[in-house]
Amino acid sequence: MAMTPGGIDLSADLGFLKLRNPVLTASGTFGYGLEFGPYLGLEKLGGIVVKGLYYGPREGNPPPRLVETASGLINAIGLQGVGVEAFAAKVLPKLRDADTAVIVNICGADDDEYAAVVGFLDGQDGIAAYELNISCPNVKKEGACPALSPRSTFDLVKRIKAASRRPVITKLSPNVTSIVEIAQAAEEAGTDAVALVNTFLAMAVDLETRRPKLGNVYGGLSGPAIKPIALRMVHQVASRLRVPVIGMGGIMTGTDALEFLVAGAAAVEVGTATFVDPDAAVRIVDGIGRWCESHGVAAVRDVVGTLEIS
Amino acid sequence: MTIVRDARLREVQAWGDFFRFGIDAPAVGREARPGQFVMVKVAGATEPLLRRPLGIHDAAEGGIELFFRVAGKGTEILSRKRPGDRIDLVGPLGRGFSISAAGAGRTAYLVGGGRGIAPLYFLARELSKAGTKPVVFYGGRSLAEIPLRDRFEKAGLEVRCSTDDGSFGFAGFVTDLAGQALDAERPALLYACGPDPMMKALAAITAKRGVPAEFSLESVMGCGIGACWGCVHRIRNDRGDGWVKICEEGPVFPGERIVWP
Repeated sequence: MAMTPGGIDLSADLGFLKLRNPVLTASGTFGYGLEFGPYLGLEKLGGIVVKGLYYGPREGNPPPRLVETASGLINAIGLQGVGVEAFAAKVLPKLRDADTAVIVNICGADDDEYAAVVGFLDGQDGIAAYELNISCPNVKKEGACPALSPRSTFDLVKRIKAASRRPVITKLSPNVTSIVEIAQAAEEAGTDAVALVNTFLAMAVDLETRRPKLGNVYGGLSGPAIKPIALRMVHQVASRLRVPVIGMGGIMTGTDALEFLVAGAAAVEVGTATFVDPDAAVRIVDGIGRWCESHGVAAVRDVVGTLEIS
Repeated sequence: MTIVRDARLREVQAWGDFFRFGIDAPAVGREARPGQFVMVKVAGATEPLLRRPLGIHDAAEGGIELFFRVAGKGTEILSRKRPGDRIDLVGPLGRGFSISAAGAGRTAYLVGGGRGIAPLYFLARELSKAGTKPVVFYGGRSLAEIPLRDRFEKAGLEVRCSTDDGSFGFAGFVTDLAGQALDAERPALLYACGPDPMMKALAAITAKRGVPAEFSLESVMGCGIGACWGCVHRIRNDRGDGWVKICEEGPVFPGERIVWP
């Protein structure tokens, strides 16, 4: 149910998709979902965004793949994964039994591969939407990805929208001069929503060895360290776009999530927090409910975009 | 595997920068097997952000024991906890050592270097229960780095110590001590946990002699439950080799599957 025991309506509305509550798990931080069976009920979440899928299996980057930094984490996993066929055969049938919205994060080495992934998944049941991952910083040299230019964003979104029978959420990179320009390009190309932000291209140095701490040299920074920048970007984009915005970046608590909603996000994704607490997303849902109860908010939808700037 | 938010720290024993914690956590203690680990939250704040993976040193109905060395900020904060404090942990996690593979009536060698000794106490006790005779080889740079030697002896377990500086036991690497023993005797299985160079050397020694071996690998971990794909090691499988998650398929792997860097 979308109602808390205290009678608060937690449901969220992306237009093309109604969610039980506004909390989704971020891709790359929740595996394929089934790993979390022992720790939380998937039916308590607004939905899950599964780990990014290329068409085939993908090997990923050499370790070290993780380094902890001040209130943050830099990762350079490199989208290691099983590919769409293994996902459809082994994971999706079990996710269909879970009462939650399943959003599949899709990847490609080029535009043709993105289209092939969508073409294959369009033939599978049990998927609510696609999250178009145009922004992973760890798969090409120095973080190159389609989300770095309005033109490549427009072309790819246009092609995938034309090919897909499902709604498309475009996940944006913060590693750009103007994220609003990129978001507008995605909107003009017909995206149904945008999700932001992916990780910030970053690095860590081992002073004693004078070597990078990551096998891939650069990686993506996530966690509480990026929250204020993510919040600013979500506010900028939500203020200018008509399509819904899904906000993320360092959300650890219910109040963090509510700040993104107030800044204009219709829903949020929880990422790094899940590494710290496997049940973080559910705790965040509970935290949102408690805040609404204590603040006399009857429906969490009512706080979306209510930031007051005098 | 379960999340225990408020496990009570029952007992702390310290030797310099080595610590042994006794923790009341029945749900984890009942389920734990030798070679498994727990993810321990060290701070209530966002720094250090991640939990720390620590091998289970011993387990019983009432809870678990951990043995660790202060290696950085996270373990340093953890080391300041006192009896009565609460500990937030997730576990038991991963796949541990195979006990039955050694066989009743046979001898098994257990080789631990430094903090890598942690899971071998639990393993030695369980092997004994299964009728296998464990012989523990325990090495450190000096006497101060092998604080658990009395504990093994008090439990009636055979322990042979080595120190790099010769301050106690065999003077030299624990790999040389174990290698000499392997020249005289052929155990059913060798289990090891310690620094990568130690385990890599043991992998070569055991492979040459045809002695099966199991190694517990260590890595920085993001989540410990298979979700982040951060803790990989090169592992052989049916189709060649690839990056395999230590937390999920390991941390213990058969020697022949591990590709050493």
